[in-house]
Amino acid sequence: MTTEHREAAPPAPSGGAAPRLDKKTTRGSGPAPDPAREKRRAERRSRRYRWDVKYSPYGFISPFFIFFIAFGLFPLLYTGWASLHQVSLLRPNEMEWVGFENFTRLWDDEFFWKALRNTFTIGIISTVPQLAMALGLAHLLNYKMRGSMLFRVAMLTPYATSVAAAALVFSMLYGRDYGAINWALGLVGIDNIDWQSGDWSSQFAVSSIVIWRWTGYNTLIYLAAMQAIPNDLYESASLDGASRWQQFRHVTLPSLRPTILFTVVVSTIGATQLFGEPMLFGGGGADGGADGQFQTLGLYLYEMGWVNRHLGRASAIAWTMFLLLIIIGLIYWVLSRAVSRSSGQED
Amino acid sequence: MATTTDDTPRTAAVAAPAGPLARGRKTRAGKGGNRAGRHLHAGWLTYLILGVFTIGSLYPLIWQLFASSHTNERLAQSTPPFWFGGRLFDNLESAWTDANMNTAMINTVFVAGTITVSTVLFATLAGFAFAKLRFRAKNLLMMMVIGTMMVPPQLTVVPMFMAVAKLEWTDHLQAVILPMMVSAFGVFFMRQYLAQALPSELIEAARVDGANSLRIVWHVVFPAARPAMAVLGMLTFVMAWNEFFWPIIALTQQNPTVQVALTNIGRGYVKDEGVIMAGALIATMPLLIAFAIFGKQIVGGIMNGALKG
Repeated sequence: MTTEHREAAPPAPSGGAAPRLDKKTTRGSGPAPDPAREKRRAERRSRRYRWDVKYSPYGFISPFFIFFIAFGLFPLLYTGWASLHQVSLLRPNEMEWVGFENFTRLWDDEFFWKALRNTFTIGIISTVPQLAMALGLAHLLNYKMRGSMLFRVAMLTPYATSVAAAALVFSMLYGRDYGAINWALGLVGIDNIDWQSGDWSSQFAVSSIVIWRWTGYNTLIYLAAMQAIPNDLYESASLDGASRWQQFRHVTLPSLRPTILFTVVVSTIGATQLFGEPMLFGGGGADGGADGQFQTLGLYLYEMGWVNRHLGRASAIAWTMFLLLIIIGLIYWVLSRAVSRSSGQED
Repeated sequence: MATTTDDTPRTAAVAAPAGPLARGRKTRAGKGGNRAGRHLHAGWLTYLILGVFTIGSLYPLIWQLFASSHTNERLAQSTPPFWFGGRLFDNLESAWTDANMNTAMINTVFVAGTITVSTVLFATLAGFAFAKLRFRAKNLLMMMVIGTMMVPPQLTVVPMFMAVAKLEWTDHLQAVILPMMVSAFGVFFMRQYLAQALPSELIEAARVDGANSLRIVWHVVFPAARPAMAVLGMLTFVMAWNEFFWPIIALTQQNPTVQVALTNIGRGYVKDEGVIMAGALIATMPLLIAFAIFGKQIVGGIMNGALKG
């Protein structure tokens, strides 16, 4: 290891913590006899070393934080400020103070409540089956088998498909008259379903796009966590006579708890942001169906800002989403603490 | 766990073949490699279920390929096509010209490439600092990085649009590139990797040899981080290629990325589904090819990233 590193990183010619005596300095006229100069130089070196150690970490992390402040934190706060104004898309720099009017109008806005409800239901019917299936699939993939890499790659492939392409393909598969799904249902005697117009059918269809794209990804995350579970746990469980199912319930699931929580949080965030799927499932419009039956909050925000041109009200929707996320985050936090405490007593 | 062991009649269970058999398996697995976990053999049912899900994962993509090779009239028949038609190249050509795909492709490659390079570079630097260096407020700052993963893009979109409008950047690629130059996930990912893959002694040794921090980054950190940088690069490229929400706001059809261009295909009076599918195929094909080549590495990368998360 050391030799490798020596090749990779030749000793620096100038400066450093411990100047090497066996090497000639390239600077000046070789080893200087003057002890005072030597001392000054050594001081300079050690000062430079101290500064390097002290400040370069900040240099390394600063690009991230500069970009984050410019394109994350500042816009976040500015959105809050804009939500208290009336701003038109056509004149985004003329802001008129209206206080909390944008928020009170949302409160009375039936489309907002509808979008909120849809976001919630689509979120549930896309996240819960997705994570449950991912868990089961990961469990199966954890068996010793041939071609497991093939399965993994195939299941991750939808992840590489863009939202736009996936939504277009699925909206065609779900077509009312000529869609492949209705055709397949017809084979078993079910009449054509107008997937786009029904409340539940359209939300189910939109959710299926999400499920299709993300199940494989979550499967891999679970699989990774499963492979990190120590063998001894299974060994002792099977010695105690636990069946495969019992082992899954009593060894695998508890060990995966942090990972499951992580995926639940990530999926929740993703579900709140749902935008491309409902937009393109509805053919590119922002209304989420004739009746707004599959319009999500993200889509409503877009419609409000970029179709109806009310950037202030769009900002208010954004901040409402943010507050919802914080509330959900707090609920998860409380739940996870409660769960870990209760299981701590159990063990 | 405690409940099971207490409830199960031990004597019977241990006498049953489950015990010794399981141990036999364990030793084999132990010999096989360093990966912990259970290594029971899969039965036919496992293969069946996994096979069904694999088909489910791939079928929409295959179907997209079939559909893009048919005329609109053929697709408007009640039996969907299950094999290639003769119009694949015509449809691809229509989609390509309809949607300004020349520009869109060049733009997307440039955008995704730039974002990938900068994300990987900055994430490696920050990840290294968080994993191996000591500085004040380190934990607090790392918490902030993780916290930023939670901010939805919708929250920032209004002021960013205002800024873009004010700077007259609408339709300019920097409007899409700049906000995505760094990623919190990338920092997190690199930190997790470097914390275990880069021995601290190596850094110490380099310091003793008189290397300053930049030199250490160049000669020690980058070589050690290369596998993770490759994986993060691929993940970032996939994400940047597929980005939809912000580009559709910041760009127009004059100078689109592929995803933006895609929304414009077949928006005429008669929707030509074959052409739309061909457009979707164009948008996915580069990534699918990359997946066929690098799929194994990407899978490994996601699993490694998750493992220590």
